[in-house]
Amino acid sequence: MTIRHDMVDVLIIGAGASGAAMAYSLAETKMRILCLEQGEWIKPTDFPANGRDWEARRWTDFDWFPNRRGRVTDYPVDDADSPMKVANFNGVGGGTVLFTAHWPRMHPSDFKVNTLDGVADDWPIDYWTLEPFFEENDRMMGISGLPGDPGVPPRFPPLPPVPLGLTGMAYARAMNKLGWHWWPSDVAVATQEYEGRAKCINLNHCTPGCAQGAKGSVDITYWPLAIRSGVELRTRARVREITLNEHGMAAGVIYYDAEGQEHFQPAEMVIMACNGVGTPRLLLNSVSGKFANGLANSSGLVGKNLMLHPWPQVSGYVADKVDGGRGPMTNLWSKEFYETDTDRGFVRGYTMQFSRSAGPVAEAFLAASTGRLPWGKDHHRVFRTRLDHKIQVGIACEDLPEEHNRVVLDHDNCDSNGIPGAKIEYRLSENTQRMMEHGIARATEILQAAGATDIYCPRNSLNSPGHLLGTCRMGNDPARSVVNAWGRSHDVKNLFIVDGSVWVTGGGVNPTSTIQAIALYVADQIKQRLATLFD
Amino acid sequence: MGNDQDAGLSPAQSKALHRLAGIMIPADADYAVPPANDPAIFADILRSLGGDRTLVLAAIDALGPDFPDLADAQAEAAAMAFLASGHASITALSRTVLQCYYRDDRVLIALGMEARAPFPKGHVVPQGDWSLLDAVKQRTPFWRDDRRA
Repeated sequence: MTIRHDMVDVLIIGAGASGAAMAYSLAETKMRILCLEQGEWIKPTDFPANGRDWEARRWTDFDWFPNRRGRVTDYPVDDADSPMKVANFNGVGGGTVLFTAHWPRMHPSDFKVNTLDGVADDWPIDYWTLEPFFEENDRMMGISGLPGDPGVPPRFPPLPPVPLGLTGMAYARAMNKLGWHWWPSDVAVATQEYEGRAKCINLNHCTPGCAQGAKGSVDITYWPLAIRSGVELRTRARVREITLNEHGMAAGVIYYDAEGQEHFQPAEMVIMACNGVGTPRLLLNSVSGKFANGLANSSGLVGKNLMLHPWPQVSGYVADKVDGGRGPMTNLWSKEFYETDTDRGFVRGYTMQFSRSAGPVAEAFLAASTGRLPWGKDHHRVFRTRLDHKIQVGIACEDLPEEHNRVVLDHDNCDSNGIPGAKIEYRLSENTQRMMEHGIARATEILQAAGATDIYCPRNSLNSPGHLLGTCRMGNDPARSVVNAWGRSHDVKNLFIVDGSVWVTGGGVNPTSTIQAIALYVADQIKQRLATLFD
Repeated sequence: MGNDQDAGLSPAQSKALHRLAGIMIPADADYAVPPANDPAIFADILRSLGGDRTLVLAAIDALGPDFPDLADAQAEAAAMAFLASGHASITALSRTVLQCYYRDDRVLIALGMEARAPFPKGHVVPQGDWSLLDAVKQRTPFWRDDRRA
C-alpha cells in the first residue's frame, strides 16, 4: 500500500549542488520545502582519507563511476556506447562530495556562441544576469582564489588561493617561458577557517571526499543553513516518477524508501535537481497519457544534446621532485586558448587545468597501465622516477550540443527498486577532436618547457570529469527547448529544472559554479514571480 | 600464503597468484623493500580482491595450470609475456597487487613516506614563489566582453 504524505509547497528532487542552493534560497519564503534524496549523508569519518586504504577506496565505495562503485543508492548507467564515461555521486551533496573542487565560471562569450561564433544557440540569459549569483555562491561555498586575472571577468573570491607549491612553480616557469597565460585556480577549498569550516591541511587529492571538511561540498555549505531555516531533507527517498493531476500540472512524486516501501508525496511545485543524466532519466520514466514520450517532452529534446566535456590529460615526468599527491589536486588554470580563434582550425576553446599528481598506489597504477612502470627487477628503480615527479595538464574541451548525443532509458538494467537505468549514446565531433589535438599539442609544449620527459596522452581512455549537461536545455522557443529562461518547463507550469540539464552550451569549464549560479537565479525568479508563477 | 579459502581461491589458484605477484614486484635489497608476495602483503591481496576477483582469476587461468611449478626462468618469462599481452584481466590484476603493495609500512618508509593515513595530520605544501605571477599580472584583459561585441 502506498503511503500518502501531506502536501508541501515545494518539492526538490536531489540534494546535490543545485538542489542545495535552491533549497537555501527559497527557505526565506517560509514555504514548506521538502527535498528528496536517493542517497545518504556521508559522515567525515566515512571518507577514505581516514584510513590506510585511502587510495584503494577510490576504486570501490568512493569510486566516481557509479557502476564500479555499486552502492545500493546508485543507479546503473550504461556508457558502453560512449568514449566518455559517466561520473557522479548519489548522496547528500551529490557530485560535490566527489568533485575536484575546481571552480571556474562560464565566460560571457559562452552564453552568446551563435552571435559571436555562428554555432549552436545563444542562451536566453547572459553572464551579467548571473554575475550577482556567482558572487553570492562564491561566498556561500567559500571559494579560494586571487582577483585580477586578465583571462576572466572580475571576480572576488573570499579566501586566498591554494599554495602554488613545487608543482605550480614548475608549471609557472614553463608558462612564463612560453609567454602564455596562467593563474592560480579558483577552488572550493577553504584555505583559511571559514564559516565553521576547518582550513585545508593538504590531505591528498580532494576528489574522494574531504575528511577535514575543508572542501566546499554542499552537505557542509548550503545544507546546514537550509535545514536550520526549516527545509526538510529526506534521504533514501528514490523518486520513481512525477505524476500529473487532471489539469496537466505536476501533482507530486512517487518514491521508494530504503525498505522499498512506496510513497506518494504531493506538492504544489516540483523542482528537479538530479543532474544531466538523472533528470532526463526521471522525466523519461514519467510517462502518462498526455506525455507518452516522457514528461515535459513535447519538444522531443528531453535527454538530447548531452555534453560531457572531453578532457584529454597530458602527463610527463620532471627530474626534480614536485608535490605529488599532497595538497589540492587543482593548482592553476590557463585561459590562453579559451576564446575562439578560427586560425586554430576549430571554433570555441578550452581551459587548461594544471594538476598536482597522486599518491603511491594511484601513481603506480597509472604508470603501469600506460607502460611507464615495468614489472620485475627494474620496477623499484623506475618507480622512484615516477612518484612525486609527475606533472599533468588537463584540457577541458567545449563539446557543442548535438541531438544524437543523448540519454535514453535502459530497461535491461534497473536500479535496486526496479526503475530503468540510463544509457548514454555519445560521439566526439570533428570540431571537438580538432580542439583536443590542438590542446594536446599545446600541453605537450608546456610539459617540454617544464623539462618533462616521457610525455604521453592516452586517446583511448579520456578522463571523464562527470560534467553532465544539456539534456533539458533552456530557451524561449518551446519547440527547441524544454524549460524557459528561468527554468520552468514549457509544458508543465509548476515543474522546474535547475541542474546542468538546462545548459544550452557547455563552455570549457568545470560546471558546478555556473550550475549553482543558475539555481540561485531561478530561485530568485521564483521568489519574484510567486503571485503569477504558474500563469 | 594467506587465507586463500576466504578469498574464494583454490590452493592452486592461490599458489599461482603468489608466484605471479612475486614476479611482478620482487624484493630489492638495495631499496630495502619486500616482494609483493611477502606474507603480510599477500594476505592483504587475498583480503582485497573484492570486485576484481573474477578478473584476477581469469589472469591466473590465462597463465595455465603449470605456472606454479615452472622453473624460475620459465615462470618469469611466462609472467612477463602475459603482462605484456594486453589481456583484459591485467588492469584488475595490477590494481589488486599495487593497492596492497604501496600501502605496506615497509614499502612506504623505503619511499621516504610516513606510514599513516592522510587524516588528521595532513601534509605541508610550500606556498611557492608568487613573484612568478608578476608577468601575467601586467597582461591586458583578453576575455571576450559580449557587451562590446
